[in-house]
Amino acid sequence: MSTSAQTSRRSGIRGGEAASGWLFTAPMIILLGMFLVIPVLMALWVSFSDWNGRGSPFSSSVAFVGFDNYSALVGGGGLAEQDFGTALRNNAWYVILVVPIQTMLSLFLAVLVNRQILRGRGFFRTAFYFPSVTSSVAITVLWLFLFSASGAVNKLLAFIGVNGPNWFNDPSGVLHNILGVFGVETGPAALTGNTFLGISFWEWLAGPSVAMSAFILMAVFTTSGTFMLLFIAALQNLSGDVVEAAMMDGANGWQRFWRVTLPQLRPTLFTVLTLGLIGAWQVFDQIYTGTQGGPGKTTLTPAYLSYQAAFTNQAWGQGAAIAFILFVIIVVFTLFQRFLLAERKVSARRMRLYVQTPRNGGSK
Amino acid sequence: MQRRNSRWLIGAGLTVVGALTLSACGSGSGFGGDTADAGGELTSDSSQGLNILIGSSGDAETASVNAAVAAWSEESGTDAKVSVASDLNQQLAQGFAAQKPADVFYLSTDALAGYASNGSLLAYGDELANKDDFYPSLVSSFTYDGEFYCAPKDFSTLQLIINTDLWAAAGLTDADIPTTWDELATVSKTLTTPEHVGLAVGGEYARLGAFMAEAGGSLMNEDSTEATANSAENVAGLEYAQTLLTDGVMSYASEIGAGWGGEAFGKQLSAMTIEGNWITGAMKNDFPDVNYAVAELPAGPEGKGTLQFTNCWGIAADSPNQAAALDLVEQLTSKDAQLTFSSDFGPMPSIQSAAEEWKSANPTLVAFLAGADYAKGVPNVQGAADVVSDLNAQLESLKTGDAQAILDSTQKNLEALLK
Repeated sequence: MSTSAQTSRRSGIRGGEAASGWLFTAPMIILLGMFLVIPVLMALWVSFSDWNGRGSPFSSSVAFVGFDNYSALVGGGGLAEQDFGTALRNNAWYVILVVPIQTMLSLFLAVLVNRQILRGRGFFRTAFYFPSVTSSVAITVLWLFLFSASGAVNKLLAFIGVNGPNWFNDPSGVLHNILGVFGVETGPAALTGNTFLGISFWEWLAGPSVAMSAFILMAVFTTSGTFMLLFIAALQNLSGDVVEAAMMDGANGWQRFWRVTLPQLRPTLFTVLTLGLIGAWQVFDQIYTGTQGGPGKTTLTPAYLSYQAAFTNQAWGQGAAIAFILFVIIVVFTLFQRFLLAERKVSARRMRLYVQTPRNGGSK
Repeated sequence: MQRRNSRWLIGAGLTVVGALTLSACGSGSGFGGDTADAGGELTSDSSQGLNILIGSSGDAETASVNAAVAAWSEESGTDAKVSVASDLNQQLAQGFAAQKPADVFYLSTDALAGYASNGSLLAYGDELANKDDFYPSLVSSFTYDGEFYCAPKDFSTLQLIINTDLWAAAGLTDADIPTTWDELATVSKTLTTPEHVGLAVGGEYARLGAFMAEAGGSLMNEDSTEATANSAENVAGLEYAQTLLTDGVMSYASEIGAGWGGEAFGKQLSAMTIEGNWITGAMKNDFPDVNYAVAELPAGPEGKGTLQFTNCWGIAADSPNQAAALDLVEQLTSKDAQLTFSSDFGPMPSIQSAAEEWKSANPTLVAFLAGADYAKGVPNVQGAADVVSDLNAQLESLKTGDAQAILDSTQKNLEALLK
């Protein structure tokens, strides 16, 4: 507080503002600190300790163990490493599929329902948004019914002559299955022989299991509505002038979308991708209510593994360590896509497109 | 920029101070040293009522436990409150972390090692008045590091459940009830029709392990000090199961669209299943029209074998009134109480002195109790649950897999736990 007093002496009339600023933000700072920052710091400590779940993690009997919890996960060679590798593999495939699909689908839906001429726009907006407001537990239960061996989805598939898989009980990887169609049953020795995080590269390349694919469909189904709303808001903020100008220049609908509308949506795209990445890496409720990691551990995710390590195995340090590794992964991914989406100078290759224009219109 | 930095510093500083204050509170409010080890005097702060946390299978169980606890409470004059956990593991863990755990609670064999090793549990087994009455195999399930931790609440064994209508329709009689592996394969084949499969089981260790037990194997030795997962006996057990699967006379419940063996059996997707006592409740509530009988599992090359499952009444080391808790547990594991529980919601009494009365009360279920003589428990070392779930994951593809390789990896994982 002495700092603020100093500030006030220095800047005279504006001094009181700092104090009232702190005063007005204090409730939120205290709330956030209490329920967010401090628990996160406590968890960070737990991940470096041998706390075993009894009593306070700060009591004298709890010791600092350095990176032991982390090294068991990324290089222990035991079941913990293997489980963690499996969980990362599963979740990576989930992210790779869910994030692009849900972003594209939500943008597509947003463009559709944003059209002026569409009748019953309100109805479609509500319909697309509906899955997002439904509890994820309810949707998971619905999904378990729809995708059961004799469920509606398989009935529908049978109707068109396809023998549907036993969705939530099928641990086989989708990519492996596709390769299997071409007669590739086992991978080359280079892939099967070498391992990363306790599972072989061939297993890393298994693709999402059939069970995980059902969850992927569900994530796309439930989140697209939310992101559609963000895109609609952004689309409605765009001024019509630019599009009109593009029309005058002779751009067709396809070009207007890719060259005019989409670049203007960049900030929203960043938001949607970031939220999508975070949500997809943290998938937990569906797994907890739906499959609890099965079949064959192919729906195990780091978030669920962290819960399991802590609450059922009393390995609290390891559970916290998983959570922090997950945190680092999410931050790295977010930074990476921020780098990808950053505003850059137009590249030389791109520039040529625009440089050509005056040459064509040179006769003017 | 300078100003902003200094504000950030203040913010960060405040946070750290806050964290330290909280942590100081945390360690200050604790009870200092370890009060975990039993052997000393039991706490007996009689001003404190008891909290009992149970993971209930349904209303019948809740009501029955409530009634038993209320009766004890009236008799002893100590308040006692029963709560039903929605997620027992999580609620227990929260209680232990806050050092305000429930005094008495259901505890599974899986969870025993974790809580015993961190000192959360009171090892009161040796102080029980009825200690010698419990089945020895149940006692060893709840013995960790040489100490008998908690009183087995009840238990179940796996046996063969037969749909008597489908059995008769296939022209089979009581004389055909299988007693050997070959006979089981034969009747399974007879019972397999396009509409239903002969035998359906859950594709997990907790069911297929019965075949391993019949072959004379188990994942670990009796006191869980040595891993024996890839023994020749276990391999023989799994390979037998594999043969049944590849012959198409046995299916995993999940393959035929059922959640577990009981559901496959109740929906008549299979003529037989391997399940424990709990199936009786499901049959009564969900499939009252299906007639069934319980027979002992057929003997394998090493004689009869099955798996048993049990829970115990855990008492918290941090309970302020351990003496009353112990008294309550003695009451709840007494013959009368266990027979009442049994008639209310179906489990088998964990004490030998109740066996005869239970048999005469449940003549059709005698096979379950007969299993007590030869049943094997599941491993209870810390981390065993993870190894078993890894084994389960591999067993899902047993049909096309290699039994030896599956068990080798389990052996490796179990050995890692013992280091």
